[in-house]
Amino acid sequence: MPSEKMLMNGSQTVGEAAVRAGCRYYFGYPITPQNELPEYLSSRMLDVGGAFIQGESEVASINMVLGASAAGGRTMTSSSSPGISLKQEGISYMAGTELPAVIINMMRGGPGLGNISPSAADYFQATRGGAHGDYRTPVLAPSGGQELVDLTFVAFDLADKYRTPVMLLGDGLMGQVMEPVIFPDFIDLDTLPKKDWIVDGCKGREPRALFSMLLGQGQLYEHNLHLEKKYNTITAEELRWETKYDEDAEIVIVAYGTAARIAESAIEEVKAEGINVALFRPITLWPYPTPALRELSKKVPKIAVFEMSLGQMVEDVILSVGERSEIYFHGLPGGIIPTPAQVAEFLRSVAKGDGKVGRRIEV
Amino acid sequence: MSAETNYEKIFGWPESLKHNPTHYCPGCGHSVAHRLVAECLDEMGLREKTIGVPPVGCSVLAYNYFNFDMVEAPHGRALAVASGIKRVHPDKFVLTYQGDGDLAAIGAAETIHAANRGERITTIFINNAIYGMTGGQMAPTTTLGQYATTAPGGRDQKLHGNPLDISSMLAVSDGVVFAERCALTTVKQIRKAKKAIRKAFQCQLDDLGFGIVELLSPCPTNWKVSPKDAWTWVNEEMVKTFPLGVIKDSTGYEDKK
Repeated sequence: MPSEKMLMNGSQTVGEAAVRAGCRYYFGYPITPQNELPEYLSSRMLDVGGAFIQGESEVASINMVLGASAAGGRTMTSSSSPGISLKQEGISYMAGTELPAVIINMMRGGPGLGNISPSAADYFQATRGGAHGDYRTPVLAPSGGQELVDLTFVAFDLADKYRTPVMLLGDGLMGQVMEPVIFPDFIDLDTLPKKDWIVDGCKGREPRALFSMLLGQGQLYEHNLHLEKKYNTITAEELRWETKYDEDAEIVIVAYGTAARIAESAIEEVKAEGINVALFRPITLWPYPTPALRELSKKVPKIAVFEMSLGQMVEDVILSVGERSEIYFHGLPGGIIPTPAQVAEFLRSVAKGDGKVGRRIEV
Repeated sequence: MSAETNYEKIFGWPESLKHNPTHYCPGCGHSVAHRLVAECLDEMGLREKTIGVPPVGCSVLAYNYFNFDMVEAPHGRALAVASGIKRVHPDKFVLTYQGDGDLAAIGAAETIHAANRGERITTIFINNAIYGMTGGQMAPTTTLGQYATTAPGGRDQKLHGNPLDISSMLAVSDGVVFAERCALTTVKQIRKAKKAIRKAFQCQLDDLGFGIVELLSPCPTNWKVSPKDAWTWVNEEMVKTFPLGVIKDSTGYEDKK
């Protein structure tokens, strides 16, 4: 049975969604602004017969995830930006070893220790690999509330389907804000596809070894080509985005996560002034929903990119639409929470093409 | 002679070892240590429920030699990986096999905290006082005066700090129920090592806590001596820094004489 409508903060929401999506093994290290998630799961995991370890570090926690994944469990960790940097080693090893897991990043401001206010400055780290080696991590960007629930389920399914770590990229705002959510029923773990590659003792079969080191002539090369094929499949089949558009739109604003919600309020504000703005909200950040944005760019001449960073996703917009469109960018970096009024100013400036707020991107 | 003579098999290839030649150098201690681990798993009937975690280092390819399930860990993270495995399979037998750089340097935090949690995991710790796979750099366990490629004048306390006796450090934690240091360089010590490994395995089976067996292991290649001299160096020099014997035993097991 789905739950009643409940009022929960975003971090707890992800925790409950993970449990219902079959996650039974959580490992993490405290960091603000997502502590409510490990706190919630420290007791919830025990309720459902799972396990929780507060690791001695982010490094240890992600490697506990690696072990639990290799052993066949649905497993996750969570952190915020500086902690996610520490997890990169384990993420690369899991990508190389093809181990599924879900990693939650409730982004905060950086670089360095930065501060605990929301930010979206980890886009490059999340979508470009983050650690060493030729790998990609599917990245899902919820805009908060119910989507935190829905995409947590998607994240676990994608991870298992493609045997890959998957990142859920939120931020400190959605981790803290309480919103009404409805949880789907618990999945039946027995209905999940059997994993025929896990280590659980070799009784009745040949021993298995899970590793990412490939020393033999050509083996690593072949393995990388195998991974590429998988990434190509994900790119072809797993794109997600949301478009809000009508035919009179003269601008499309491209934004994800919290920035997209702020943008929606700004769209309402300028609509009253006769400026019609469409919204394009990527939900998968890798793979980026390039074909959909390209199609939209044929109908709307101006693209306004708004980010809670100094310009990271804008590079994927440029890669998607190139010289076809007039691209404007406005970025507000970590340390503040942008207001709809600031984004509305940007949209007015884009409508006039005066370049007074943000900047025109020369491609 | 009758063709039906019944022979009793008194020695053979352990089932827990694959029939693969190892890549280890002549005189290296890993082969002996592998064999001891395999014999103990066989004798205790554990092979089919064992999940092993090798380190990054010379024995990174241990999954080519051990005939049971294995998961490669990033450098130093074996005990974190093993902790994750054990949560999913508390009824399985989980062991890590780690060198000194892996366990006592880059993985010191993971080692200390897994031991302190009293993880029901057994660690086989190969201490050869050197980084073997990377070519002879100073290890956390390199002894004072010992040559290493990154301590070309020999390990100097003022320059490089002291050799780390991590097994003794671990022993102060209540999570650790058994810690013993043996050597792989005399027949007597090899037999002792096997007994220690069995005991450490039993701790896990009896749900007592964390057990570790440290094995002083010769590395003729990187010590730049003959295998014979390497054995002598362990027996006469290395034991001064790392004395052999039981470091901690709170198992309550009665030793069979």
